[in-house]
Amino acid sequence: MAVKPPRVKVPKKATKGDLVNIKTLISHKMETGNRKDKKGEKIPRLILNKFEVKFNGAEVFSADIYTAVSANPYIAFFHKAEASGTFNFTWTDDKGKSVAISADMAVS
Amino acid sequence: MNKNILNMAEMDRRALLKAAGMGALALTGAGIASSANATPEDAAAYINKMTGGASGTANSGKVSIKLPEIAENGATVPITVSVDSPMTSGDHVKHIHIVAEGNPNPEVISFNLTPSNGKAEVATRMRLGKTQNIVAAAVMSDGTVHTNLKNVKVTIGGCGG
Repeated sequence: MAVKPPRVKVPKKATKGDLVNIKTLISHKMETGNRKDKKGEKIPRLILNKFEVKFNGAEVFSADIYTAVSANPYIAFFHKAEASGTFNFTWTDDKGKSVAISADMAVS
Repeated sequence: MNKNILNMAEMDRRALLKAAGMGALALTGAGIASSANATPEDAAAYINKMTGGASGTANSGKVSIKLPEIAENGATVPITVSVDSPMTSGDHVKHIHIVAEGNPNPEVISFNLTPSNGKAEVATRMRLGKTQNIVAAAVMSDGTVHTNLKNVKVTIGGCGG
């Protein structure tokens, strides 16, 4: 699992109606299952396969991730600032383990 | 890594053999190559599955893909896909699928969007095994599908071996 906490870039303040660009980065090897170790045995697949974003409890964005996404997955998307609130970001891996982080945004 | 490069060289040779039409030997080679990597047909079948078989409008100008022309390192290739949509509750983009035609598995990532995104633009970084086409398919809220395709040259593949 991720050793370092994930990083998210969310502006602390936004004006109502703004299109806010949100960037996320999490440290993870994203083992594809295609690689072999020194003995020639396949290294089992272990990737983050789901990324979900909730804003004030409602799902606003998600992604189904496959093996072709690079190690340390970077995902960026937009959000239309309508109200103040909290973003909850969750990443889940093949074993069902998840990492979550939250960020607040004040909209005026 | 060395082994990896050797494997790729091997595959290239097989492709050459096939091109030269060298009979049974070349056919065997092609068989191995197609089981290792997805083909444009696999990618098309995958898009069909993800979009529920809705017929897509290719290159309608709605979907734009931002990719480097030459990716020096296939392990991290940045991609930005944007779709021309007002993103209102009545007319928005529901899904954006990114598909790589020449990777071991064609699927790269599927984004699920909602009207609260305000703008249908997403970015990520992906692994590419070789020079190939990248397809982006956008599923709109009314069920229509728009696709676009872009070629990217990969100098060093990033899928491991």
